[in-house]
Amino acid sequence: MSASASDPKRAVPASSEGADPQKQSPAFQIEDLHVWFGSRAVLHGISLNIPSHQVTGIIGPSGCGKSTFLRALNRMHEFTPGARVQGRIRLFGDDIYESSGDPILLRRRVGMVFQKSNPFPTMSIQENVLIGLRLAGTRNRELLEERLEEALRMAALWSEVKDRLHAPGTELSGGQQQRLCIARALAVRPEVLLMDEPCSALDPIATAQIESLIRDLGQRYSIVLATHNLQEAGRTADRTAFFLEGRLIEFGSTKKLFTNPSQKQTEDYLTGRFG
Amino acid sequence: MSPQPNPSHPKPHSQKEASNEERADSRHFWIRKVVDRFFQILSILAAIVVISPLLLVFVFLLSSGGSSLTWDFLTQLPKPVGETGGGMANAIVGSCILVSLATLVSTPVGVLGGICVCEYGDARLRAAIRFTADVLNGVPSIIWGIVVYSWVVLRMKTFSGLAGGLALSFIMIPLILRTTEDVIRLVPSAYREAGLALGLRRGQVILHIILATARRGVLTGVLLAAARVAGETAPLLFTAFGNRVWAAHLQEPMAALPLQIFTYAISPYPDWHRQAWAGALVLLALVFFMSIVVRALAKGKSQ
Repeated sequence: MSASASDPKRAVPASSEGADPQKQSPAFQIEDLHVWFGSRAVLHGISLNIPSHQVTGIIGPSGCGKSTFLRALNRMHEFTPGARVQGRIRLFGDDIYESSGDPILLRRRVGMVFQKSNPFPTMSIQENVLIGLRLAGTRNRELLEERLEEALRMAALWSEVKDRLHAPGTELSGGQQQRLCIARALAVRPEVLLMDEPCSALDPIATAQIESLIRDLGQRYSIVLATHNLQEAGRTADRTAFFLEGRLIEFGSTKKLFTNPSQKQTEDYLTGRFG
Repeated sequence: MSPQPNPSHPKPHSQKEASNEERADSRHFWIRKVVDRFFQILSILAAIVVISPLLLVFVFLLSSGGSSLTWDFLTQLPKPVGETGGGMANAIVGSCILVSLATLVSTPVGVLGGICVCEYGDARLRAAIRFTADVLNGVPSIIWGIVVYSWVVLRMKTFSGLAGGLALSFIMIPLILRTTEDVIRLVPSAYREAGLALGLRRGQVILHIILATARRGVLTGVLLAAARVAGETAPLLFTAFGNRVWAAHLQEPMAALPLQIFTYAISPYPDWHRQAWAGALVLLALVFFMSIVVRALAKGKSQ
């Protein structure tokens, strides 16, 4: 962790031109977002501003639409047969569902980390981190090496793997693999990082490492963290949104939401009355 | 990912550390033990039935053709009728050329087809392609011989190695398509999603991630298909046709081991019969060798 904090080459994510990248302008402005799978509505009109350079937690019971919500933010639903998305989502002002927009470019701005770590099994640690840049056409070796170290440092993995960058990524432990996936997502310098229950398959020590990493990264990136683990949201998120059955029930600072929720349903969920 | 302890299952104790008397007392224990042993014996018998034909064939071929399997047999052309000696060098090389040609033609088509079935197109198209491949897999191989005969041989006005390779490739395509599809389906969708979420194009994900992950499986499928057609005789009868001398190029009739074996086996000459046995031995060795390569590939996968 300390390595990344002291690294001078640490990246500042590119931001959309014009807008002030600091705290004021929201990363995502979401208006009336609906998602259907076939005839089944999963999200019923979510409106929410996700602040930049903060960690936004999404909590709620299984099936409340957390993952569906995240996947709408980088247009991953386009590969799900029968999925339909309606509503408007702006990323730093740009409408991401605009017909002229290329989802490929969007996904380079919006990175994603999944529930189960998934380093590419045929690639080494180094290849895993650099695949996004390489296939986007970056050939410059110096730049690639620089980005490799930068991404691994930011993911707090550099010191553990710097002597075996050519080892297969799948040789790492579960927590290291997940950090490798974070490094892989960071290497293309996204502006936002979506994390879909990144710790749910990890042991407590690896979880603590990733959570501390998320808090660090939250200073530089806008992070959206979906989790069904309330403590995790409490420990890492600056702001928290509570979803229930495809609706946004409450959104506010984590402290306020956990200690003094304004909605009865939120309170019931937090006190374990359901979910 | 994380290893979950499963406290619900009692740990299987080895006989030494378990309290033996307690278990032996229960009648269920003995019944289970007998049933267990019975199934063990049954499955061992089944395994023997599976393995023994291979051993029998090997022993039989070795005893009938082993003596004719000389250096001359591997390096010489067939002698004219009536003379003893000579070999099947042209047929061995011809078979290698035909199978390579068929592999070259069928691999891109089969692999791309398999990718198409898994990754592109709507469900109905995919089902249609898969069904077609299954039907094609069931088409008797002589049909391919006739088809290629009427399409290629009649048009070129000559039997040729080209036609033979094409006939074999028609058999290989659906085999390769189906195995490619199967191994691509085994690639967890998590990798596909991770690639897409990184901003890779769909083609890049398929080529660099999915196909890379499944490459050993694809290669195994190609080799198995090649091994399968290496022994095909019927589709070559009126395409490659066979040749008693070297074929100068692909537009000439070409010798192949199965054809040569067929011709020699139905001949009236005892010397040719022996050579047919030797040829069969070489053919089997070739296929066996390919299977060993396949095994090695499949093993390397887990390494």
